[in-house]
Amino acid sequence: MNRRVVVTGVGVICALGHNQRDFWQALSQGRSGILPLESIEPGLLRFQNGAEVRNWDALRHFDEKEAGMLDRFAQFGVLAAREAVADAGIEWSEDLKQKTAIVTGSCVGGQSTEDEGFVNLYQKNIPRVNPLTIPRTMENAAASRISLEMGIVGPTYTVSTACSSSNHAMGQAFWMVRSGAVRMAIAGGSEAVFSLGFLKAWEAMRVVSPDTCRPFSKDRRGLILGEGGAMLVLEPLESAQARGARIYAEMVGFGMGSDAFHITQPSPDGAAYAMRAALSDAGLQPEDIGYINAHGTATQANDATETSAIRKVFGTHADGLQVSSTKSMHGHALGAAGALEGVATVLALHHGVLPPTANYNEADPACDLDVIPNVARRSRIEYALSNSFAFGGLNAVLAFRAAPNN
Amino acid sequence: MSYEELTERVRKIIATAQHMPEEKVGADSTFAELNIDSLDGINILFAVESEFNINIPDDAAQSIRSVRDVVDGIVKLMAEGPGGNKEAVRA
Repeated sequence: MNRRVVVTGVGVICALGHNQRDFWQALSQGRSGILPLESIEPGLLRFQNGAEVRNWDALRHFDEKEAGMLDRFAQFGVLAAREAVADAGIEWSEDLKQKTAIVTGSCVGGQSTEDEGFVNLYQKNIPRVNPLTIPRTMENAAASRISLEMGIVGPTYTVSTACSSSNHAMGQAFWMVRSGAVRMAIAGGSEAVFSLGFLKAWEAMRVVSPDTCRPFSKDRRGLILGEGGAMLVLEPLESAQARGARIYAEMVGFGMGSDAFHITQPSPDGAAYAMRAALSDAGLQPEDIGYINAHGTATQANDATETSAIRKVFGTHADGLQVSSTKSMHGHALGAAGALEGVATVLALHHGVLPPTANYNEADPACDLDVIPNVARRSRIEYALSNSFAFGGLNAVLAFRAAPNN
Repeated sequence: MSYEELTERVRKIIATAQHMPEEKVGADSTFAELNIDSLDGINILFAVESEFNINIPDDAAQSIRSVRDVVDGIVKLMAEGPGGNKEAVRA
C-alpha cells in the first residue's frame, strides 16, 4: 500500500544565504545573488558573474581534519542535510537509522579538488597528487559523509544526470518512502562549480550570460552558474502526524524520461513527457497545477522549448498557470539545481508566496507565460511542479501539494 | 595569407571537425546544408580559435551560419591582431 509522503525538514545553502531563512527572504523579495565572481581572477573568462556562496568558512562547520576530507560541494551537501534534519526534529532510533535512505544528486562532484591536483601535476610539475583527491572528488562524497556523520545505514547513493541529478535523486527517494521500502529519506543535492578549468569549458559552450540571468525575458543572454546544496527530509504523512512534526508540503508525484533527440539541444516532447509522467504518478489532471518552478535557464533554447512543452501539456490552462525561474536569483547550480528549486517550491507552498523571475525586462512571444516578473506574489496554490531538464536529454519533474493542514 | 588560402584552411578545419571529406565543404556551404548543429558549431569555433589564436565573442558566434561567415569573422578578428579582440584571453 502506498503511503502519502510529506516534507518535514528543509536545509539549504547557496548564493542567497547559508540557511532556509535567508534563502526564503531573498526569494520572496526577488533579490538576486548573482554578483561579480570572487573565486576567479577577473579577465580570465568572457563572463564575469556568478551565484557564488559568499562568506563560506568551512571551519565554522567542520573541524580541520573533516574540512580537509571534503570538497566544497560535499561540505554544502552536509550543511544542508544537517539543517534539514535539525529542522525536522527527528529523534533517531537504531531502527530508524536502519530504514532511512540518503539520495543525493551531483553533476560534477569534487571537480575543483581534481582541478587543483592537476594544476599541481601538469603546471607546477609536482609529481604527486594528494591521496584525498579520490574521496574528495567522488560524486557520492556528500551522501557518504551524511551517512557517516548521522550513523544512517539504509540505502545511500548518488545520482548523476547533469542538471536533473537532484530531481532524479529526490524522486527516487520519494518513491522509496511511498512504497514503504524506507521509513524516511534525506534527499537533495549539492554542487560547487567555480574552478577555472570547469568554467573555461562552460565558456566554450557559449551559453553563459555576459551580464545576468534573465529567464523568459526577450533580452536573455544565457545562464549564470551557481553553487550550493539543498536537502529535504521526506517521511510518511502518518508518522509525521504521529510525532507532531511540522509539515511543509506533500510530495505527490515524480516523472522522468529521456528526449532521445540530441545530446545538448532540448526537445519539447521530452520535457512534456516528463511533466505528464509526474502528473500521472500523482494522479493529477493538468488543471490541478497552479504553479511551476521552471527549469528556466535563460538560454535562448531552453526557455522557448520549455514554454512550448508547458503549452503541450497544459493546453489552455497554460494561461492560468503561474511560472517562475528562481535560477534568476540562485543561478544554475547544475546537479543541485533541482534541490534548490524543490526547496523553493516547498517553501512557496508553505508560505503562500510565489517567488518571481528576477531580472526580467521584456516579454518574449516565444515565452508567453505568466512568469511572475520581478515581484513575488501572495498566492495559495494547492499543486505545483518543479522541472529539471538536463544536457543529455534527461528530464525529471516533481509534483508537490500544499501541506494537508495548510 | 590570401582570402582564398584562408578559406581553404577553414574548409579543412570544418571537414576535420565534422569528420567529412573536405570536398563536401564548399566555400559557400551553409551550416544547415552540412548538417552542422549548434553543438557542432561551437566545436568548429573552438577549432578555429585554436588554429588562428583568436577569441570569438559569444555575440559574434551566434550570427555565424556558414563557411563564409567563419572566414569573414576571422578576417575581422585577425585585423585586430593575434590573440585578438578585447575579450578575455588567458595570459
